[in-house]
Amino acid sequence: MTDSRARILSRIRTAVADAPEAVPVARDYRTSHTPDDPARVLDLLHENLADYRAHVHRSTPDGLAGLVARLLAERGARSVVVPPGLPGEWLAATEAVRRFDEPRLTPYELDGTDAVVTGCAVAIAETGTIVLDGGTGQGRRALTLVPDLHLCVVRAPEQVVASVPLALPRLDPARPLTWISGPSATSDIELDRVEGVHGPRTLEVILLTGGAATPTPGGRAPSAG
Amino acid sequence: MPAFPKAAHEAVRNETLRANLRHATHTIRDKRARAVAELDDWAALREAGKRIKDRTLRQLDTHLLQLEEAVTAAGGTVHWAADAAEANRIVTGLVRATGESEVVKVKSMATQEIGLNEHLEAEGIAAYETDLAELIVQLGEDRPSHILVPAIHRNRGEIRDIFRSEMGKWGRPAPDDLTDSPAELAEAARLHLREKFLRAKVGISGANFMVAETGTLVVVESEGNGRMCLTLPETLISVVGIEKVVPTWRDLEVFLQTLPRSSTAERMNPYTSMWTGTTDGDGPGTFHLVLLDNGRTDALADEVGRQALRCIRCSACLNVCPVYERAGGHAYGSVYPGPIGAILTPQLRGTASEVDASLPYASSLCGACYEVCPVAIDIPEVLVHLREKVADQGGKGHRLEKAAVRAAGWVLDHPGVLAAGERIASKTRRLHPKKLPGPGAGAWTESRDLPEMPAEPFRDWWRKNRT
Ligand code: SF4
Repeated sequence: MTDSRARILSRIRTAVADAPEAVPVARDYRTSHTPDDPARVLDLLHENLADYRAHVHRSTPDGLAGLVARLLAERGARSVVVPPGLPGEWLAATEAVRRFDEPRLTPYELDGTDAVVTGCAVAIAETGTIVLDGGTGQGRRALTLVPDLHLCVVRAPEQVVASVPLALPRLDPARPLTWISGPSATSDIELDRVEGVHGPRTLEVILLTGGAATPTPGGRAPSAG
Repeated sequence: MPAFPKAAHEAVRNETLRANLRHATHTIRDKRARAVAELDDWAALREAGKRIKDRTLRQLDTHLLQLEEAVTAAGGTVHWAADAAEANRIVTGLVRATGESEVVKVKSMATQEIGLNEHLEAEGIAAYETDLAELIVQLGEDRPSHILVPAIHRNRGEIRDIFRSEMGKWGRPAPDDLTDSPAELAEAARLHLREKFLRAKVGISGANFMVAETGTLVVVESEGNGRMCLTLPETLISVVGIEKVVPTWRDLEVFLQTLPRSSTAERMNPYTSMWTGTTDGDGPGTFHLVLLDNGRTDALADEVGRQALRCIRCSACLNVCPVYERAGGHAYGSVYPGPIGAILTPQLRGTASEVDASLPYASSLCGACYEVCPVAIDIPEVLVHLREKVADQGGKGHRLEKAAVRAAGWVLDHPGVLAAGERIASKTRRLHPKKLPGPGAGAWTESRDLPEMPAEPFRDWWRKNRT
């Protein structure tokens, strides 16, 4: 093993020994393709999420609990996973049974749960993407993967950026990151798009505006046991 | 494995295959053009991607060492594999150490390249492919025919038949009344695979990118099977080619814009997973990274050919290639089909065998692959370069070319297409307009006139001749 390491490295050094020095990387591409206007950026996020078949809703903090309860009920979700640190008031109005991830739910228990409600770290308007980083209110990765319905709350404008280049600096590579653009999908059968192959079949996104007092994301999730 | 000419000859006679391929490549091709057009800085992104990869390759040793350090610091273990046999040995040993005899796999070209599934099977370890298309290929005891949509050669009726007859042998059977609707087929796959995901203790993956400065690995996918394999098992083993490293976190801003749009023609693929070593309480507690050479350092040593290592496996070049469209992926006799396969495979494996020697001729040199490539690999340039090499080996190049060209059948129907394609390529790709440089080039150029550049721009020609 150690031998191969040395061998590969020496083969690389020999291979490029006479290669010309590489040209410096010019970063003259755009940082964003969208006008710097939070309302426009939010509209674009809405549009692009919907274009990839996420169901998008808007809410203010006052209406959030009711909307969450309604969406869960409409999808027939009788049980819901609660990630550590999820603001309690988000689930205040739902009748679904709450399952906490402490101690950690097994994959089978997650499979037997209808829905998960989470926040996110960042949302990217140009690509219609929400990014989870395991921070407060998001939980470990399996929570948003195994249940069939994922309901995600995005705080606008503070969690919304226009583009991929604006998103990366806000993310911590040391954390496990999941970028989600619409529900799970496949086009493997004659290129017909089918949703929900292995991940959640339904992605509901609530764009939450006009709030301030809710806990900010960014802290590590409490130990999940 | 027959050489490209023979395999292609068989493929072009298969009407179903040709119809499926044509439908697929044209659909993706058109969507891709629209997705790319949304970014008015595409040319700058492409140039940046090219330069990032070139710089990385120039100092590949430094970046790999930095990557190793970062992955190790984050709780992972790094292994180095000089060739396929060593990589297989390492992975088998790691799986054995877990005491498990089955693994779930994320679609990965690197593990296909080394024949990992076959090796594991021989060692008594069952490897389950979990990508829907790979599942179709695996159940059908078939080979993938496209980088992105490996079962593109199968239509829904064939898939239903495979599911009905084979699924039960591997796990949960398909329902008796399974129809050929894509939604039902996908549901059958979901149920069949879910039982495997939930009990899996070991996952095996490749990676699209590895970030040297942070030790982060990136897997881009659509179905969520990747997330399942990367998240639920206790042990994760990733086998990744050494060329997949990029220096910085920031570099991802280029490739996460160009890869999805070039590949599935989406603004972003449904799921991207990024992980750095291990994280307490989230995901596998044990992570192994196997860095694979297997001929990559040979490619790196070739001053013209090394640009093939920039490839981010988007498959855009397949979808525009007139030869691929007719011959299909199997004809290339390697896991890397299409234009990229025609330049990568002979570099990774050498050109000693008949099939590998024939690959540089599996092209009309029309240049369409270069135009769509998000990292600007000059595939025609490398093809011509490799033809020279093959010709140098004993002058069999001329024969191979004729055979390859004839085998692609369509050329017989449209002799003008090949000529026109090459004519344009010779100008736009700055290939030598009259005679190719270097000894041995004659073996290739002698057989053709390289005529005047036509006035017609490439795109017009393309539209007129290719739709
Ligand atoms: S050669 Fe270019 S176009 Fe072809 S798969 Fe690689 S990156 Fe994509």
